[in-house]
Amino acid sequence: MVLDKKLTVSASPHVRSSVTTTGIMLDVIIAMIPALIAAVVFFGPRVLGLTAVTVITAVLSEYVSRKAMKRHGTLGDLSAVVTGMLLAFNLPATMPFWMAAIGSVVAIVVVKQFFGGIGMNYVNPALIGRIVLFVSFPTAMTNWVAAGAWHKGGVDTITTATPMAQLKEVFTGGNFDKIGEIVEPGLGEMLMGKHGASLGEVCAIALIIGGLYLLIRGVISPIIPLTYVGSVALIMLVAGRGNLQFVAYQVLGGGLLLGAIFMATDYTTSPVNPKGKVIFAIGCGVLTSVIRLYGNIPEGVSFAIIIMNILVPHIENITTPKPFGTPKEEKAAKEGDK
Amino acid sequence: MSKKVLSGILRPAARVKGGVPVAHKKNTAELPVERMPAPESVVIPMLQHIGAHCVPRVKRGDKVAVGQLIADSDKYVSAPIHATISGTVNKIGETVLPHGVIVPSILIESDGEMRLFEGLEPPKVNNKEDFIQAVRQSGLVGLGGAGFPTHVKLNIPADKEVDTLVINVAECEPFITVDYRESMENSWDILSGVYTIKEFLGLKNVIIAVEDNKPDALAELKKIADAQSNLDGGVKVMALKSRYPQGAEKMLVLAATGRKVPPGKLPADIGCLVMNVATVAFIARYLKSGKPLVSRSLTVDGSAVANPKNVRVALGTNIGDIFDFCGGFKVEPYKIITGGPMMGLAIIGTDLPVIKQNNALLALDQKAYKFKKERDCIRCGRCVTACPMGLMPALIARYAEADEAHKLEHTGVTVCMECGSCAYDCPSAIPLVQHMRLAKSKLAAYKAKQ
Repeated sequence: MVLDKKLTVSASPHVRSSVTTTGIMLDVIIAMIPALIAAVVFFGPRVLGLTAVTVITAVLSEYVSRKAMKRHGTLGDLSAVVTGMLLAFNLPATMPFWMAAIGSVVAIVVVKQFFGGIGMNYVNPALIGRIVLFVSFPTAMTNWVAAGAWHKGGVDTITTATPMAQLKEVFTGGNFDKIGEIVEPGLGEMLMGKHGASLGEVCAIALIIGGLYLLIRGVISPIIPLTYVGSVALIMLVAGRGNLQFVAYQVLGGGLLLGAIFMATDYTTSPVNPKGKVIFAIGCGVLTSVIRLYGNIPEGVSFAIIIMNILVPHIENITTPKPFGTPKEEKAAKEGDK
Repeated sequence: MSKKVLSGILRPAARVKGGVPVAHKKNTAELPVERMPAPESVVIPMLQHIGAHCVPRVKRGDKVAVGQLIADSDKYVSAPIHATISGTVNKIGETVLPHGVIVPSILIESDGEMRLFEGLEPPKVNNKEDFIQAVRQSGLVGLGGAGFPTHVKLNIPADKEVDTLVINVAECEPFITVDYRESMENSWDILSGVYTIKEFLGLKNVIIAVEDNKPDALAELKKIADAQSNLDGGVKVMALKSRYPQGAEKMLVLAATGRKVPPGKLPADIGCLVMNVATVAFIARYLKSGKPLVSRSLTVDGSAVANPKNVRVALGTNIGDIFDFCGGFKVEPYKIITGGPMMGLAIIGTDLPVIKQNNALLALDQKAYKFKKERDCIRCGRCVTACPMGLMPALIARYAEADEAHKLEHTGVTVCMECGSCAYDCPSAIPLVQHMRLAKSKLAAYKAKQ
């Protein structure tokens, strides 16, 4: 048989797995849904509005900046949606919409597209968006409302201290035995989400469900979340003089779970190799703990991850695997060079 | 796999890292090899192996018979070529091989008789030298796909001490089942070949390594290992984990012996000799009959093929005719591949002859060919996890694209065997194998300039 037209040729392999970038991003979006639902339950329907604003602004920013730079469109990979959602997760429910929109524009245009778009940004866009908002609008960014307060009156009316600020009081005062009195929410409430926090941080259980989903789907490796949370827990155990309650509050409170599961695991801004992931996550844990215990601000997850993001290329350099079969002596010699 | 099959079968000596879980698609596993009737003509290219081209020893109008030497080379790394049908040399022309190399070829028109060449008789083999010389005369090359001349492989340099022969029955590429069929149908040839090699080369151990998705082959080969002649217990069967690319030489040696081939070295450097199962079985048949390599088995499969089959064809048979023998195409083929879908070569048309190292012909239609849109790298690290050679493919691709050849030196790209695991699992559908090839050539050019 002679075929009348020429066949398609290309380099091998001629079969491919079904995993796609869009599919991965979709999995991340799905993993964030439980936390989003929890946020709506605790902070009211305004949460949906806020999330919609950050997501739509992120998508529009991506579209416009790609067009302006005359580059191929990248909306289809859904990464802009993920960034928008993550930014919303880092805001208090009371955040004015226009401020949230600025955060999205900064995240997508300045942090992501200025450096070449998906895969090229060296820090986490959503975290930089959060930090820019934190520095620009400190009052709005710390206008916490008590979870569930929206049932009783408008969200703008009741503000509350976060458990993180109260935990700092405990540490600086050394009152570990009075921790139950100083920190308002109980541990059960921390787990379920009944405390003042930003949208995505509020419900630890929802975040853990999302994390498990990502693990099962093979989207993230457990190394970073476990090492990050584990190192924070270990440091807090020492700092809290063995007070387990203090450790539990530190793990469940603030942005640690959100950061460890959804932010520090970002492919682009975390190391590729397992050894590198461990170094990166320990660094995140140490920095988070130091900022929480000794810093001017009560929470340190964002800054810790950002600082470690910047160090990723150096971590990669010292953890590059050696090719198959490289003799042991040669390996040692090469490592000695560095 | 049942416990009964497992008893007495070795477990892998070491874990092989990386790789990807490809779908096995062994649709033709239970189809015995069918002999395809001799074609009316064959085209025999002068390069069917790794090494130097052969030069025709016949001219237009010559009468030839099956098994008659028609081309040879005086270079060491090469393998002679024999007539695969009887008839008349019609033309000495040219053929474009799947990898784009143009070589001279001999066209033979059949006389319909398939007459055996009269001078064929079993070679007289008394020692190692005779044995290697006989293997050379047979025109044998590695039948697993690489096509390295077998006599060169068997002639281990005196300074290298080889103690273990690993028989490759991993067959980790999807679709292909010819090695499985060889194990089921010609297990006594395999046995005979294994002992011949073991004896002449003075090897201590033989490990017949089979992926555990072929329990019947494991059982059949175990039967051989348990045969009377295995008194010293030197021949063992091993069940390998079914994971691509388990059958790659370095991965296979690691699993079979726990030894790692260092970069730039060969299995012989760490005491191993790796041979494909069909190659070994052929050696046994050749020593008995004296009939050189004139035909081979291949799997014809893929979503576009009407009746997938395992067929035995005369070398030089037109690929289009082989598809016709398998019922033609039920849908329009989008891609036709010689070899497996992970490492095989895509060809632009079917007007090509089958050569010694072809172990499969696959025709995929457009629907079965999963198309992914190429996107930017997201640094997910799947290529790094998948790479069995411990490389960072995405990084190498970036250096190659950015023309940073000096940075490629320390990436270890030269050990890449182009197994395709990285590209298989890339969510952004980046053609990483192509990038690896680009990186290798850029590095070679850079080194040459220095």
